[in-house]
Amino acid sequence: MSDLFPIPEISRAATVQTIRSPGGVEAWLVEDYAVPLVAAQFAFRGGASQDAASAPGLATLLAGLLDEGAGPYDSAGFHEAIDDLAVHMHFSADRDYAAGHFQTLSKNLDAAFELMRLAVCEARLEQASIERVTAQLVASLRRELKDPDAVASRTFRAAAFANHPYGRATRGEIETMPALTRASLLDMRDRMFARDNLIVAVVGAIDAATLGAQLDRVFGALPEKSRLDPVAPVEIGGLGSRIVATVDVPQATIRFGRAGLDRNDPDFVAGIVVNHILGGGAFTARLFREVREKRGLAYSVYSHLQNYDRAAMLLGGTSTKNERAAESLAVIEEQIRDLAENGPTEDELAKARKFLIGSYALRFDTSTKIAGNLLHLQLEGRTPSYLDDRNRLVAAVTLDDAKRAARRLFGDGELLVTVAGKPVGM
Amino acid sequence: MTAQSNADTAQPKSRPGPSITHLRLENGMDVVVIPDRRAPVVTHMVWYRNGAADDPPLKSGIAHFLEHLMFKGTKRHPQGEFSQLVADLGGQENAFTGHDYTAYFQRVPREHLATVMEYETDRMTNLVLTDEVVTPERDVVLEERRMRTDSDPSAELSEAVQSALFAHHPYGTPIIGWEHEIETLGREDALAYYQRFYTPENAILVVAGDVEPQDVERLARETYGMVPARGAAPERRRPQEPVSRAHRLVTLADPKVEQATLERVYIVPSVRTAAPGESEALEVMAHLLGGGQTSALYKRLVLDRKLAVGAGAYYLGSSLDATRLWVYGVPAPGVSLQDFDAAIDAALAEFIDTRPSEKDFVRAKTRLVADAVYAQDSQVALARWYGAALATGETIEEVTGWANRIEAVTIDDVVGVARKWLDKRRAVTGFLQPEAQA
Repeated sequence: MSDLFPIPEISRAATVQTIRSPGGVEAWLVEDYAVPLVAAQFAFRGGASQDAASAPGLATLLAGLLDEGAGPYDSAGFHEAIDDLAVHMHFSADRDYAAGHFQTLSKNLDAAFELMRLAVCEARLEQASIERVTAQLVASLRRELKDPDAVASRTFRAAAFANHPYGRATRGEIETMPALTRASLLDMRDRMFARDNLIVAVVGAIDAATLGAQLDRVFGALPEKSRLDPVAPVEIGGLGSRIVATVDVPQATIRFGRAGLDRNDPDFVAGIVVNHILGGGAFTARLFREVREKRGLAYSVYSHLQNYDRAAMLLGGTSTKNERAAESLAVIEEQIRDLAENGPTEDELAKARKFLIGSYALRFDTSTKIAGNLLHLQLEGRTPSYLDDRNRLVAAVTLDDAKRAARRLFGDGELLVTVAGKPVGM
Repeated sequence: MTAQSNADTAQPKSRPGPSITHLRLENGMDVVVIPDRRAPVVTHMVWYRNGAADDPPLKSGIAHFLEHLMFKGTKRHPQGEFSQLVADLGGQENAFTGHDYTAYFQRVPREHLATVMEYETDRMTNLVLTDEVVTPERDVVLEERRMRTDSDPSAELSEAVQSALFAHHPYGTPIIGWEHEIETLGREDALAYYQRFYTPENAILVVAGDVEPQDVERLARETYGMVPARGAAPERRRPQEPVSRAHRLVTLADPKVEQATLERVYIVPSVRTAAPGESEALEVMAHLLGGGQTSALYKRLVLDRKLAVGAGAYYLGSSLDATRLWVYGVPAPGVSLQDFDAAIDAALAEFIDTRPSEKDFVRAKTRLVADAVYAQDSQVALARWYGAALATGETIEEVTGWANRIEAVTIDDVVGVARKWLDKRRAVTGFLQPEAQA
């Protein structure tokens, strides 16, 4: 099939330098001097999957404390130092990793990397800051306690991954957050922030030698080995059940999902194509046409493949008025069943391949987006050659591949469905 | 066809950044080209100088509804064809409506710019609407409203605060419209609005990406340039807000609210309505007052007095008529909204009476000026910045000179605008509170 789709001659992989600093820190670098900026993203594997069952939110709290005072600076002083240089710096925790996001004007490069070093290596984690950031996280949890989107997602997560770290709240629980201690934060930092589970991607006005020296400064002093708790592989549970969480709102917010395909599965790329046909992010997807355009049932309707390190899912959602929630779900289920039984048409497949191939370039149009993509490719265990291979793989998906992937992905059509609202007839 | 080029005057030579080309087609349509050669991609936007604040009486939401209906096809390109074309190119497309503008955009590989320009030109004048497509789309908009506003007490409060703030000006009406009026909007309303506002004189083309300005100019003449002129752009005359003399308090208590929050909104001048330098001083003042964790409000209320878990302020400068400055906060556990409100009053009074230190002042300006450099990393951000500015009556020179004007703000300017505009009589305060507190 690939002759139908001219592959651009430009190699994106060739723009990526895989560098190793004098001290042995590895990074992917794209040098680009068009704008006097440097964007860097890094991650430590681990993240919220390392939270204890009794203490969800610890990784998130740790990430939130890294810029709340470090080295010679107290919290206010550190924020002043960041603002004096107009650096963008923030930290976050996801299920499988904790990440740092960083951007600086190139004229402030050296001083900015020093601030990053302080945050990574010398964050103070003072009790007053712990209490303040905990209170901020608890307030944000309270704000979304009865938000239908958050309720539907929370209900889904708990049903899909009962008794597994992925079933816990990444950002913690209102009841348990205040009990998190400084000792547990220090312990998590010691276990997670290490050289052997560090991933770095940098894009912008910086050369390999300069970056190498900065990487040694920021990460060189970290311990060699991390000590992470293993996370068991897990299959999504609760298929066939519909769980309604009553919220007094005019709309029913629906989440649905079932097992996906592992990133290394030979059918994974075909799965991406088939999902795009069902509910991908274009005005041409089946769910968009059937749920929104034809019937006016919802503003937003989508599906996507969600892959964690130890779980693979097909996830989707919509929001529709309570009186028509059952109808919306029936339309979605019908499309999933149809794709499972008949697969996509040759025309749908051709269009999906074209979209996915052409749109890949739009993921690489700002230095922060490029750095983010390079980080995620590394987290997924890819090499830079994937930047070129990916479109070839999409182009090579045949109708048989797509039908097989659709059968595997949508199977018997059984879904876990959670609903927040007051749906009628469910 | 003649075109004026202002390219040489647009950019002070001392500043880095892209060199902008601006010209006007003979039929009155503005054309702006922003070079960005980092990727073989182009962002194509058409902005119309009309938004929700131009909705006729009884027709709130029509600007936004028409924005949805613009995807319903033309005689030459029936429904779905344009979207399918963009999808086949691997492009992105969407549209958005504000109070002052409506805009449509596509992002495609640069070699397809001419094609999207041809399609966008076609739907500027040839839109076909039938009840068959209009009726379900109205349901989509009602679902959008239910999703964004009617299921979220904090969005409901913001809507109530805005409508209390603007007693007369249409900024008080939500962009998406009031539900009972959206329900009545139909095909005829949409077409009447379309014929009035979707004209070349009322439109701005913004192209950002790896393209030559002269190529864009040629393509613009061959596409948009062929749309007949209507004579003049629609006049933008909205009811203007009288000077407000009474502070107003709006309270929303709801069992779905578990965390109290407070917002206070002041009516202040926009870039367009302000005296020279005043808008820039407001920008710096808002940053000193509430921009991040080094700001006066955060330090006073969160760090020092521990009455809040969060507090801040921001200023929306880009607006055709008088605009807004927001102050917001989340009270700490055990602090009532009434006490928190009093603490914010005290913090504001102290801010107004205390001259900012040179160090704090320089830091605020550094951050604001750097944001203009960071914006250059995103061609979409740049295209939106220029499009929104032009659609709200600013000039290219005003946009490119923004950072220089921020640099020119003095401490006295900041003290002056704080004293003049942080006047509670011009503000509405909104309390979002759990029902038990009500």
